[in-house]
Amino acid sequence: MKKFIIAVVVLVLSYAGAFAQKASKQSIEKGKLVYEQYCLTCHQVDGSGVPNLNPPLIKTTFVAGDKKKLISIVLKGLNDVEVNGETYSNPMPPFDFMSDEEIADVLTYVRNSFTNKGSAVTAAEVKASR
Amino acid sequence: MKTSFKAAALILFGLGLASFTHSDSPYPKNDEAIKLPDGFKAQVVAENLGSARHITITPQGNIYIKLSKLKDGKGIVMLQDKNNDGKVENQKTFGNYIGTGIYAKDNYLYASSDNDVYRYKLNDQGEVIDMNQPEKIVSGLINRRQHESKSIVLDNSGNVYVNIGAYSNACQEKDRTKGSKGMTPCPILDSAGGIWQFSASKLNQTYANGTRYATGLRNVVGLDWNTSLNKLFVMQHGRDQLFQLYPELYDAKQSAELPAETMYAVNKGDNCGWPYIYYDQLQKKKILAPEYGGDGKKTGGDDVIDPTVAFPGHMAPNGLLFYTGSMFPERYKNGAFIAFHGSWNRAPEKQKGYFVAFVPFKDGKPSGEWETFADNFAGMEEIQSPGQAKHRPCGLAQGPDGSLFVTDDVKGSIYKITYKAK
Repeated sequence: MKKFIIAVVVLVLSYAGAFAQKASKQSIEKGKLVYEQYCLTCHQVDGSGVPNLNPPLIKTTFVAGDKKKLISIVLKGLNDVEVNGETYSNPMPPFDFMSDEEIADVLTYVRNSFTNKGSAVTAAEVKASR
Repeated sequence: MKTSFKAAALILFGLGLASFTHSDSPYPKNDEAIKLPDGFKAQVVAENLGSARHITITPQGNIYIKLSKLKDGKGIVMLQDKNNDGKVENQKTFGNYIGTGIYAKDNYLYASSDNDVYRYKLNDQGEVIDMNQPEKIVSGLINRRQHESKSIVLDNSGNVYVNIGAYSNACQEKDRTKGSKGMTPCPILDSAGGIWQFSASKLNQTYANGTRYATGLRNVVGLDWNTSLNKLFVMQHGRDQLFQLYPELYDAKQSAELPAETMYAVNKGDNCGWPYIYYDQLQKKKILAPEYGGDGKKTGGDDVIDPTVAFPGHMAPNGLLFYTGSMFPERYKNGAFIAFHGSWNRAPEKQKGYFVAFVPFKDGKPSGEWETFADNFAGMEEIQSPGQAKHRPCGLAQGPDGSLFVTDDVKGSIYKITYKAK
Protein backbone atom coordinates (compact mmCIF):
# COMPACT_ATOMS: atom_id res chain seq x y z
CA MET A 1 0.00 0.00 0.00
CA LYS A 2 2.75 2.38 1.08
CA LYS A 3 4.71 1.52 -2.07
CA PHE A 4 1.62 2.15 -4.17
CA ILE A 5 1.13 5.62 -2.70
CA ILE A 6 4.76 6.50 -3.32
CA ALA A 7 4.48 5.29 -6.89
CA VAL A 8 1.39 7.45 -7.47
CA VAL A 9 3.06 10.49 -5.93
CA VAL A 10 6.15 9.97 -8.08
CA LEU A 11 4.00 9.61 -11.18
CA VAL A 12 2.01 12.75 -10.43
CA LEU A 13 5.17 14.75 -9.65
CA SER A 14 6.96 13.63 -12.78
CA TYR A 15 3.88 14.42 -14.86
CA ALA A 16 3.66 17.90 -13.33
CA GLY A 17 7.40 18.37 -13.89
CA ALA A 18 7.11 17.32 -17.51
CA PHE A 19 4.22 19.70 -17.98
CA ALA A 20 6.10 22.69 -16.51
CA GLN A 21 9.16 21.87 -18.65
CA LYS A 22 7.03 21.60 -21.76
CA ALA A 23 5.45 24.95 -21.07
CA SER A 24 8.82 26.75 -21.23
CA LYS A 25 10.56 24.60 -23.81
CA GLN A 26 9.74 27.05 -26.58
CA SER A 27 10.99 29.94 -24.48
CA ILE A 28 14.23 28.09 -23.76
CA GLU A 29 14.79 27.43 -27.45
CA LYS A 30 14.20 31.05 -28.39
CA GLY A 31 16.33 32.15 -25.46
CA LYS A 32 19.24 30.06 -26.72
CA LEU A 33 19.27 32.04 -29.97
CA VAL A 34 19.24 35.32 -28.04
CA TYR A 35 22.09 34.00 -25.85
CA GLU A 36 24.17 33.13 -28.91
CA GLN A 37 23.67 36.58 -30.39
CA TYR A 38 24.25 38.79 -27.37
CA CYS A 39 25.71 36.84 -24.44
CA LEU A 40 27.85 33.96 -25.62
CA THR A 41 31.09 35.79 -26.46
CA CYS A 42 31.50 37.08 -22.91
CA HIS A 43 29.78 34.36 -20.88
CA GLN A 44 30.97 31.56 -23.22
CA VAL A 45 29.23 28.56 -24.75
CA ASP A 46 29.17 26.67 -21.44
CA GLY A 47 28.20 29.66 -19.27
CA SER A 48 31.57 29.50 -17.50
CA GLY A 49 32.49 33.13 -18.30
CA VAL A 50 36.13 34.23 -18.53
CA PRO A 51 38.33 34.06 -15.42
CA ASN A 52 39.01 37.55 -14.02
CA LEU A 53 37.10 39.28 -16.86
CA ASN A 54 33.51 38.10 -17.32
CA PRO A 55 31.57 36.35 -14.53
CA PRO A 56 30.19 32.81 -14.84
CA LEU A 57 26.47 32.07 -15.02
CA ILE A 58 26.89 28.79 -13.17
CA LYS A 59 26.33 28.15 -9.46
CA THR A 60 25.60 31.77 -8.63
CA THR A 61 22.66 33.41 -6.88
CA PHE A 62 22.85 36.19 -9.50
CA VAL A 63 21.29 33.68 -11.91
CA ALA A 64 19.54 31.20 -9.62
CA GLY A 65 18.19 33.74 -7.11
CA ASP A 66 15.86 36.76 -7.22
CA LYS A 67 14.45 37.16 -10.74
CA LYS A 68 13.92 40.92 -10.29
CA LYS A 69 17.63 41.45 -9.63
CA LEU A 70 18.57 39.33 -12.61
CA ILE A 71 16.20 41.24 -14.93
CA SER A 72 17.61 44.51 -13.64
CA ILE A 73 21.20 43.44 -14.49
CA VAL A 74 20.18 42.81 -18.10
CA LEU A 75 18.30 46.12 -18.34
CA LYS A 76 20.91 48.30 -16.61
CA GLY A 77 24.20 46.45 -17.01
CA LEU A 78 26.67 45.72 -14.22
CA ASN A 79 30.05 46.97 -12.99
CA ASP A 80 32.46 45.84 -10.29
CA VAL A 81 30.87 42.49 -9.68
CA GLU A 82 32.11 39.92 -7.18
CA VAL A 83 30.85 36.37 -7.65
CA ASN A 84 31.75 33.65 -5.15
CA GLY A 85 34.78 35.63 -3.97
CA GLU A 86 36.22 36.28 -7.44
CA THR A 87 36.21 39.70 -9.13
CA TYR A 88 35.59 40.43 -12.82
CA SER A 89 36.89 43.54 -14.53
CA ASN A 90 34.92 43.89 -17.78
CA PRO A 91 31.76 45.99 -17.51
CA MET A 92 28.47 44.59 -18.78
CA PRO A 93 26.55 47.14 -20.89
CA PRO A 94 22.77 47.59 -20.56
CA PHE A 95 20.71 45.43 -22.91
CA ASP A 96 17.56 47.55 -22.57
CA PHE A 97 17.18 47.62 -26.37
CA MET A 98 16.02 44.00 -26.28
CA SER A 99 12.27 43.29 -26.16
CA ASP A 100 10.54 42.07 -23.00
CA GLU A 101 10.05 38.71 -24.66
CA GLU A 102 13.72 38.38 -25.73
CA ILE A 103 14.91 39.15 -22.20
CA ALA A 104 12.37 36.74 -20.70
CA ASP A 105 13.43 34.01 -23.12
CA VAL A 106 17.17 34.44 -22.62
CA LEU A 107 16.86 34.49 -18.84
CA THR A 108 14.61 31.42 -18.91
CA TYR A 109 17.27 29.75 -21.06
CA VAL A 110 20.13 30.75 -18.74
CA ARG A 111 18.18 29.69 -15.63
CA ASN A 112 17.68 26.26 -17.23
CA SER A 113 21.09 25.67 -18.80
CA PHE A 114 24.68 24.94 -17.68
CA THR A 115 23.30 22.79 -14.79
CA ASN A 116 21.04 25.65 -13.61
CA LYS A 117 17.43 24.74 -12.76
CA GLY A 118 15.14 27.68 -12.15
CA SER A 119 11.64 28.86 -12.86
CA ALA A 120 10.82 30.68 -16.08
CA VAL A 121 11.04 34.47 -16.44
CA THR A 122 7.99 36.02 -18.13
CA ALA A 123 7.74 39.03 -20.43
CA ALA A 124 5.32 40.58 -17.92
CA GLU A 125 7.99 40.37 -15.21
CA VAL A 126 10.49 42.11 -17.50
CA LYS A 127 7.96 44.80 -18.40
CA ALA A 128 7.24 45.46 -14.73
CA SER A 129 10.97 45.99 -14.10
CA ARG A 130 11.50 48.62 -16.81
CA MET B 1 38.01 -2.33 7.68
CA LYS B 2 37.32 1.26 8.52
CA THR B 3 40.32 1.43 10.83
CA SER B 4 42.68 -0.12 8.33
CA PHE B 5 41.46 2.35 5.69
CA LYS B 6 42.09 5.24 8.07
CA ALA B 7 45.51 3.88 8.89
CA ALA B 8 46.33 3.56 5.20
CA ALA B 9 45.14 7.10 4.60
CA LEU B 10 47.29 8.35 7.46
CA ILE B 11 50.34 6.56 6.11
CA LEU B 12 49.71 7.98 2.65
CA PHE B 13 49.22 11.44 4.14
CA GLY B 14 52.43 11.05 6.10
CA LEU B 15 54.32 10.06 2.97
CA GLY B 16 52.85 13.06 1.17
CA LEU B 17 54.07 15.39 3.88
CA ALA B 18 57.47 13.78 3.92
CA SER B 19 57.94 14.33 0.21
CA PHE B 20 57.51 18.05 0.75
CA THR B 21 59.58 18.43 3.88
CA HIS B 22 62.34 16.05 2.88
CA SER B 23 65.22 17.62 0.98
CA ASP B 24 64.39 15.30 -1.93
CA SER B 25 61.86 17.69 -3.52
CA PRO B 26 59.69 16.49 -6.44
CA TYR B 27 60.92 19.46 -8.52
CA PRO B 28 62.08 19.93 -11.14
CA LYS B 29 59.86 17.42 -12.88
CA ASN B 30 59.75 16.88 -16.61
CA ASP B 31 56.54 17.98 -18.31
CA GLU B 32 56.09 15.84 -21.40
CA ALA B 33 52.71 17.48 -22.13
CA ILE B 34 54.35 20.70 -23.34
CA LYS B 35 55.10 20.37 -27.05
CA LEU B 36 58.44 21.85 -28.13
CA PRO B 37 60.76 21.73 -31.15
CA ASP B 38 63.36 18.94 -31.22
CA GLY B 39 66.06 19.17 -28.59
CA PHE B 40 64.02 21.31 -26.17
CA LYS B 41 62.72 20.09 -22.82
CA ALA B 42 60.19 21.60 -20.40
CA GLN B 43 60.44 21.12 -16.66
CA VAL B 44 58.15 22.38 -13.92
CA VAL B 45 60.34 23.99 -11.25
CA ALA B 46 57.44 25.02 -8.98
CA GLU B 47 53.65 24.86 -8.98
CA ASN B 48 50.61 26.05 -7.05
CA LEU B 49 52.22 29.46 -6.50
CA GLY B 50 48.95 31.29 -7.23
CA SER B 51 48.18 33.67 -10.10
CA ALA B 52 51.76 33.96 -11.36
CA ARG B 53 51.97 36.89 -13.79
CA HIS B 54 55.32 38.40 -14.78
CA ILE B 55 58.69 36.95 -13.82
CA THR B 56 62.25 38.28 -13.66
CA ILE B 57 65.54 36.55 -12.85
CA THR B 58 68.71 38.13 -11.44
CA PRO B 59 72.17 37.13 -12.75
CA GLN B 60 72.62 35.11 -9.52
CA GLY B 61 69.60 32.92 -10.32
CA ASN B 62 67.02 34.50 -8.01
CA ILE B 63 63.61 34.21 -9.60
CA TYR B 64 60.98 36.82 -8.66
CA ILE B 65 57.32 36.35 -9.63
CA LYS B 66 54.47 38.85 -9.27
CA LEU B 67 51.04 37.55 -8.28
CA SER B 68 47.76 39.19 -9.33
CA LYS B 69 45.98 37.74 -6.30
CA LEU B 70 47.41 37.57 -2.82
CA LYS B 71 48.48 34.11 -1.71
CA ASP B 72 48.63 33.78 2.07
CA GLY B 73 48.61 37.59 2.17
CA LYS B 74 51.64 38.02 -0.12
CA GLY B 75 51.97 39.23 -3.72
CA ILE B 76 55.60 38.40 -4.68
CA VAL B 77 57.32 35.00 -4.68
CA MET B 78 61.10 34.51 -4.70
CA LEU B 79 62.57 31.17 -5.78
CA GLN B 80 66.29 30.67 -5.39
CA ASP B 81 68.21 28.36 -7.72
CA LYS B 82 71.84 29.40 -7.49
CA ASN B 83 73.35 26.60 -9.59
CA ASN B 84 70.65 26.64 -12.34
CA ASP B 85 69.83 22.95 -11.86
CA GLY B 86 66.09 23.67 -11.77
CA LYS B 87 65.90 22.71 -8.09
CA VAL B 88 64.67 25.52 -5.87
CA GLU B 89 66.74 25.65 -2.68
CA ASN B 90 64.88 28.46 -1.02
CA GLN B 91 61.40 29.98 -1.40
CA LYS B 92 60.16 33.23 0.15
CA THR B 93 57.07 35.42 -0.24
CA PHE B 94 56.70 39.13 0.46
CA GLY B 95 54.86 42.30 -0.65
CA ASN B 96 51.25 42.82 0.45
CA TYR B 97 49.89 44.08 -2.90
CA ILE B 98 48.57 42.42 -6.06
CA GLY B 99 49.86 43.26 -9.55
CA THR B 100 51.50 42.04 -12.74
CA GLY B 101 54.76 43.95 -13.35
CA ILE B 102 58.15 42.83 -12.03
CA TYR B 103 61.65 43.55 -13.37
CA ALA B 104 65.15 43.27 -11.92
CA LYS B 105 67.85 45.69 -13.06
CA ASP B 106 71.15 46.96 -11.63
CA ASN B 107 70.74 45.90 -8.00
CA TYR B 108 67.09 46.85 -7.72
CA LEU B 109 63.92 44.82 -8.03
CA TYR B 110 61.00 46.82 -9.46
CA ALA B 111 57.40 45.67 -8.93
CA SER B 112 54.03 47.22 -9.65
CA SER B 113 50.59 47.13 -8.12
CA ASP B 114 47.68 48.16 -10.35
CA ASN B 115 48.24 51.79 -9.20
CA ASP B 116 51.88 52.20 -8.17
CA VAL B 117 55.45 51.20 -8.93
CA TYR B 118 57.86 50.18 -6.12
CA ARG B 119 61.49 49.19 -5.92
CA TYR B 120 63.52 47.05 -3.52
CA LYS B 121 67.29 47.29 -3.09
CA LEU B 122 69.10 44.01 -3.81
CA ASN B 123 72.30 42.86 -2.12
CA ASP B 124 75.29 41.54 -4.10
CA GLN B 125 73.64 38.11 -4.08
CA GLY B 126 70.58 39.51 -5.86
CA GLU B 127 68.43 39.14 -2.73
CA VAL B 128 65.96 41.77 -1.53
CA ILE B 129 67.48 43.48 1.52
CA ASP B 130 64.26 44.75 3.12
CA MET B 131 61.15 42.91 1.98
CA ASN B 132 58.84 45.08 4.08
CA GLN B 133 60.04 48.54 3.10
CA PRO B 134 59.97 49.09 -0.67
CA GLU B 135 60.51 52.60 -2.03
CA LYS B 136 57.51 53.98 -3.87
CA ILE B 137 58.76 55.51 -7.11
CA VAL B 138 55.43 56.14 -8.92
CA SER B 139 51.93 56.40 -7.50
CA GLY B 140 48.38 57.39 -8.48
CA LEU B 141 48.23 55.70 -11.88
CA ILE B 142 44.73 55.28 -13.20
CA ASN B 143 43.00 51.99 -12.36
CA ARG B 144 39.39 51.58 -13.39
CA ARG B 145 39.43 47.79 -13.26
CA GLN B 146 39.43 47.17 -17.01
CA HIS B 147 43.01 46.70 -18.35
CA GLU B 148 44.29 47.58 -14.91
CA SER B 149 47.65 45.78 -14.84
CA LYS B 150 50.76 47.98 -14.94
CA SER B 151 53.48 46.06 -16.76
CA ILE B 152 56.97 47.48 -16.40
CA VAL B 153 60.39 47.32 -18.04
CA LEU B 154 63.61 49.37 -17.72
CA ASP B 155 65.99 50.70 -20.37
CA ASN B 156 69.77 51.13 -19.95
CA SER B 157 69.49 54.84 -19.16
CA GLY B 158 67.71 54.82 -15.81
CA ASN B 159 64.11 54.95 -17.03
CA VAL B 160 61.17 52.72 -16.21
CA TYR B 161 58.38 52.25 -18.78
CA VAL B 162 54.89 51.60 -17.43
CA ASN B 163 51.88 50.42 -19.40
CA ILE B 164 48.69 52.24 -18.45
CA GLY B 165 45.88 50.38 -20.20
CA ALA B 166 42.75 52.09 -21.52
CA TYR B 167 39.76 51.50 -19.23
CA SER B 168 37.62 50.86 -22.29
CA ASN B 169 37.25 48.59 -25.31
CA ALA B 170 36.97 51.15 -28.11
CA CYS B 171 36.48 54.55 -26.40
CA GLN B 172 32.73 54.54 -27.03
CA GLU B 173 30.58 57.05 -25.14
CA LYS B 174 29.13 53.99 -23.43
CA ASP B 175 31.70 51.21 -23.21
CA ARG B 176 30.91 47.98 -25.08
CA THR B 177 27.39 49.23 -25.87
CA LYS B 178 25.86 48.57 -29.27
CA GLY B 179 25.14 51.79 -31.15
CA SER B 180 27.29 54.03 -28.93
CA LYS B 181 29.68 56.30 -30.87
CA GLY B 182 33.41 56.72 -30.39
CA MET B 183 34.47 59.87 -28.53
CA THR B 184 36.55 62.45 -30.46
CA PRO B 185 39.13 63.14 -29.23
CA CYS B 186 39.24 60.09 -27.02
CA PRO B 187 39.61 61.59 -23.49
CA ILE B 188 41.08 58.37 -22.10
CA LEU B 189 44.36 58.99 -23.95
CA ASP B 190 45.32 61.85 -21.60
CA SER B 191 45.97 59.47 -18.72
CA ALA B 192 45.86 55.93 -20.17
CA GLY B 193 46.00 53.94 -23.41
CA GLY B 194 49.78 54.24 -23.70
CA ILE B 195 53.22 53.73 -22.22
CA TRP B 196 54.51 56.25 -19.69
CA GLN B 197 58.19 56.86 -18.94
CA PHE B 198 59.40 57.69 -15.41
CA SER B 199 62.77 57.93 -13.72
CA ALA B 200 63.71 54.58 -12.19
CA SER B 201 65.44 56.24 -9.25
CA LYS B 202 63.27 59.21 -8.20
CA LEU B 203 60.81 58.60 -5.39
CA ASN B 204 57.15 59.64 -5.20
CA GLN B 205 56.60 60.49 -8.85
CA THR B 206 53.11 61.05 -10.25
CA TYR B 207 51.75 61.66 -13.78
CA ALA B 208 53.24 65.18 -13.62
CA ASN B 209 56.78 63.74 -13.44
CA GLY B 210 56.27 61.25 -16.24
CA THR B 211 56.25 61.44 -20.02
CA ARG B 212 53.66 59.85 -22.27
CA TYR B 213 56.24 57.88 -24.25
CA ALA B 214 53.83 56.19 -26.70
CA THR B 215 50.07 56.58 -27.15
CA GLY B 216 47.21 54.85 -28.95
CA LEU B 217 47.84 51.51 -27.24
CA ARG B 218 44.62 49.97 -25.93
CA ASN B 219 46.33 47.62 -23.51
CA VAL B 220 49.86 46.27 -23.32
CA VAL B 221 50.76 43.44 -20.98
CA GLY B 222 53.89 42.01 -22.65
CA LEU B 223 56.72 44.47 -23.21
CA ASP B 224 60.53 44.32 -23.34
CA TRP B 225 63.50 46.57 -23.83
CA ASN B 226 65.53 45.27 -26.77
CA THR B 227 69.09 45.92 -25.63
CA SER B 228 70.75 45.23 -29.00
CA LEU B 229 68.50 47.80 -30.72
CA ASN B 230 68.17 50.01 -27.62
CA LYS B 231 64.44 50.22 -28.25
CA LEU B 232 61.14 49.49 -26.51
CA PHE B 233 58.92 46.76 -27.97
CA VAL B 234 55.33 46.22 -26.86
CA MET B 235 52.53 43.75 -27.56
CA GLN B 236 49.06 45.28 -27.85
CA HIS B 237 45.82 43.50 -27.00
CA GLY B 238 43.52 44.47 -29.87
CA ARG B 239 39.92 45.58 -29.42
CA ASP B 240 37.06 43.14 -28.82
CA GLN B 241 33.58 42.50 -30.20
CA LEU B 242 33.51 43.75 -33.81
CA PHE B 243 30.64 41.35 -34.63
CA GLN B 244 28.71 41.87 -31.40
CA LEU B 245 28.78 45.67 -31.80
CA TYR B 246 28.58 45.82 -35.63
CA PRO B 247 26.82 42.68 -36.93
CA GLU B 248 25.98 44.55 -40.15
CA LEU B 249 29.71 44.99 -40.94
CA TYR B 250 31.39 41.87 -39.52
CA ASP B 251 30.41 38.22 -39.16
CA ALA B 252 31.42 36.01 -36.23
CA LYS B 253 34.36 34.49 -38.16
CA GLN B 254 35.83 37.89 -39.10
CA SER B 255 35.33 39.06 -35.54
CA ALA B 256 37.28 36.04 -34.26
CA GLU B 257 40.26 36.79 -36.53
CA LEU B 258 40.20 40.61 -36.35
CA PRO B 259 41.82 42.82 -35.40
CA ALA B 260 45.44 41.66 -35.21
CA GLU B 261 47.30 41.34 -31.94
CA THR B 262 50.22 43.60 -32.76
CA MET B 263 53.88 43.98 -31.87
CA TYR B 264 55.26 47.52 -32.14
CA ALA B 265 58.78 48.88 -31.94
CA VAL B 266 58.09 52.24 -30.34
CA ASN B 267 60.10 55.42 -30.30
CA LYS B 268 59.32 58.37 -28.08
CA GLY B 269 56.18 60.14 -29.28
CA ASP B 270 54.85 57.29 -31.42
CA ASN B 271 51.12 56.78 -31.91
CA CYS B 272 49.82 53.24 -32.42
CA GLY B 273 46.30 54.34 -33.36
CA TRP B 274 43.81 53.10 -30.76
CA PRO B 275 40.86 53.78 -30.67
CA TYR B 276 40.57 55.40 -34.12
CA ILE B 277 42.07 52.59 -36.18
CA TYR B 278 42.92 48.92 -35.84
CA TYR B 279 45.34 46.75 -37.81
CA ASP B 280 43.81 44.16 -40.18
CA GLN B 281 46.41 41.42 -40.68
CA LEU B 282 44.48 39.89 -43.61
CA GLN B 283 44.24 43.10 -45.67
CA LYS B 284 47.57 44.25 -44.16
CA LYS B 285 46.11 47.72 -43.59
CA LYS B 286 45.26 50.17 -40.85
CA ILE B 287 41.45 50.19 -40.87
CA LEU B 288 39.21 52.96 -39.54
CA ALA B 289 37.35 51.69 -36.46
CA PRO B 290 33.57 51.33 -36.91
CA GLU B 291 33.01 53.61 -33.90
CA TYR B 292 34.69 56.34 -35.99
CA GLY B 293 32.88 55.82 -39.29
CA GLY B 294 34.76 52.75 -40.52
CA ASP B 295 33.14 49.99 -42.55
CA GLY B 296 35.83 47.31 -42.35
CA LYS B 297 37.51 48.62 -45.56
CA LYS B 298 38.15 52.36 -45.16
CA THR B 299 41.74 52.95 -44.06
CA GLY B 300 42.96 55.56 -41.60
CA GLY B 301 45.75 56.59 -39.28
CA ASP B 302 48.28 58.28 -41.60
CA ASP B 303 50.25 59.41 -38.53
CA VAL B 304 50.11 55.96 -36.96
CA ILE B 305 53.11 53.59 -36.99
CA ASP B 306 52.84 50.15 -38.60
CA PRO B 307 53.19 47.04 -36.48
CA THR B 308 56.44 45.04 -36.53
CA VAL B 309 54.49 41.75 -36.40
CA ALA B 310 50.74 41.09 -36.68
CA PHE B 311 49.24 37.96 -35.09
CA PRO B 312 45.69 36.54 -35.30
CA GLY B 313 43.13 38.26 -33.08
CA HIS B 314 42.33 37.93 -29.38
CA MET B 315 45.16 35.54 -28.43
CA ALA B 316 46.13 37.92 -25.57
CA PRO B 317 49.92 38.45 -25.69
CA ASN B 318 50.87 38.77 -22.01
CA GLY B 319 54.63 38.24 -22.13
CA LEU B 320 57.41 39.44 -24.47
CA LEU B 321 61.10 38.54 -24.29
CA PHE B 322 63.98 39.16 -26.67
CA TYR B 323 66.31 36.20 -26.34
CA THR B 324 69.95 37.11 -25.72
CA GLY B 325 71.19 33.77 -24.39
CA SER B 326 73.53 31.19 -25.91
CA MET B 327 71.85 27.96 -24.78
CA PHE B 328 69.32 27.88 -27.63
CA PRO B 329 70.38 27.36 -31.30
CA GLU B 330 71.73 30.38 -33.17
CA ARG B 331 68.46 31.21 -34.96
CA TYR B 332 66.81 32.07 -31.63
CA LYS B 333 69.39 34.73 -30.77
CA ASN B 334 67.87 38.25 -30.69
CA GLY B 335 64.47 36.81 -31.68
CA ALA B 336 61.24 37.44 -29.78
CA PHE B 337 59.32 35.00 -27.61
CA ILE B 338 55.69 35.91 -26.95
CA ALA B 339 53.50 34.27 -24.28
CA PHE B 340 49.90 34.16 -25.46
CA HIS B 341 47.51 33.88 -22.53
CA GLY B 342 44.78 32.58 -24.85
CA SER B 343 41.56 33.98 -26.26
CA TRP B 344 37.95 34.28 -25.09
CA ASN B 345 36.69 36.77 -27.66
CA ARG B 346 36.86 34.25 -30.52
CA ALA B 347 33.71 32.45 -29.28
CA PRO B 348 31.64 30.86 -30.83
CA GLU B 349 34.66 29.97 -33.00
CA LYS B 350 37.19 27.79 -31.18
CA GLN B 351 39.66 29.55 -28.94
CA LYS B 352 43.30 30.24 -29.87
CA GLY B 353 46.57 31.03 -28.11
CA TYR B 354 47.56 29.32 -24.85
CA PHE B 355 51.08 28.90 -26.27
CA VAL B 356 54.46 30.60 -26.51
CA ALA B 357 55.29 31.86 -30.01
CA PHE B 358 58.62 32.80 -31.55
CA VAL B 359 59.57 35.39 -34.17
CA PRO B 360 63.11 35.20 -35.61
CA PHE B 361 64.86 38.60 -35.96
CA LYS B 362 67.82 39.64 -38.09
CA ASP B 363 69.30 43.13 -38.33
CA GLY B 364 66.60 44.46 -36.02
CA LYS B 365 63.69 43.20 -38.11
CA PRO B 366 61.64 40.00 -38.25
CA SER B 367 63.42 37.56 -40.61
CA GLY B 368 60.56 35.08 -40.93
CA GLU B 369 56.96 34.32 -40.05
CA TRP B 370 55.93 33.79 -36.43
CA GLU B 371 55.80 30.19 -35.27
CA THR B 372 54.43 28.25 -32.31
CA PHE B 373 57.34 27.43 -29.98
CA ALA B 374 55.84 25.86 -26.84
CA ASP B 375 52.29 24.50 -27.02
CA ASN B 376 49.63 22.58 -25.08
CA PHE B 377 49.73 24.53 -21.81
CA ALA B 378 45.92 24.21 -21.80
CA GLY B 379 46.24 20.42 -21.77
CA MET B 380 43.70 19.88 -24.55
CA GLU B 381 43.47 20.13 -28.32
CA GLU B 382 40.31 22.21 -28.67
CA ILE B 383 39.54 24.83 -26.09
CA GLN B 384 35.91 25.94 -25.98
CA SER B 385 36.17 28.42 -23.15
CA PRO B 386 39.17 29.78 -21.20
CA GLY B 387 37.95 28.27 -17.93
CA GLN B 388 38.77 24.83 -19.31
CA ALA B 389 42.47 25.57 -19.79
CA LYS B 390 44.64 23.81 -17.21
CA HIS B 391 47.41 26.37 -17.59
CA ARG B 392 47.71 29.74 -19.34
CA PRO B 393 51.13 31.20 -20.24
CA CYS B 394 51.63 34.74 -18.96
CA GLY B 395 55.17 35.89 -18.14
CA LEU B 396 58.59 35.18 -19.68
CA ALA B 397 62.14 35.50 -18.37
CA GLN B 398 65.59 34.31 -19.35
CA GLY B 399 67.65 32.36 -16.84
CA PRO B 400 71.37 33.10 -16.32
CA ASP B 401 72.18 29.91 -18.27
CA GLY B 402 70.05 30.98 -21.26
CA SER B 403 67.03 28.84 -20.37
CA LEU B 404 63.53 30.26 -20.90
CA PHE B 405 61.09 30.54 -17.99
CA VAL B 406 57.31 30.68 -18.50
CA THR B 407 54.72 31.41 -15.81
CA ASP B 408 51.13 30.14 -15.66
CA ASP B 409 48.52 32.21 -13.84
CA VAL B 410 45.87 29.49 -13.52
CA LYS B 411 47.70 27.15 -11.15
CA GLY B 412 50.94 29.02 -10.66
CA SER B 413 53.23 26.58 -12.43
CA ILE B 414 56.69 27.82 -13.37
CA TYR B 415 58.18 26.15 -16.45
CA LYS B 416 61.86 26.07 -17.35
CA ILE B 417 62.62 25.32 -21.00
CA THR B 418 66.13 24.16 -21.84
CA TYR B 419 67.91 23.00 -24.99
CA LYS B 420 70.46 20.27 -25.52
CA ALA B 421 71.84 19.48 -28.97
CA LYS B 422 71.30 15.84 -29.97
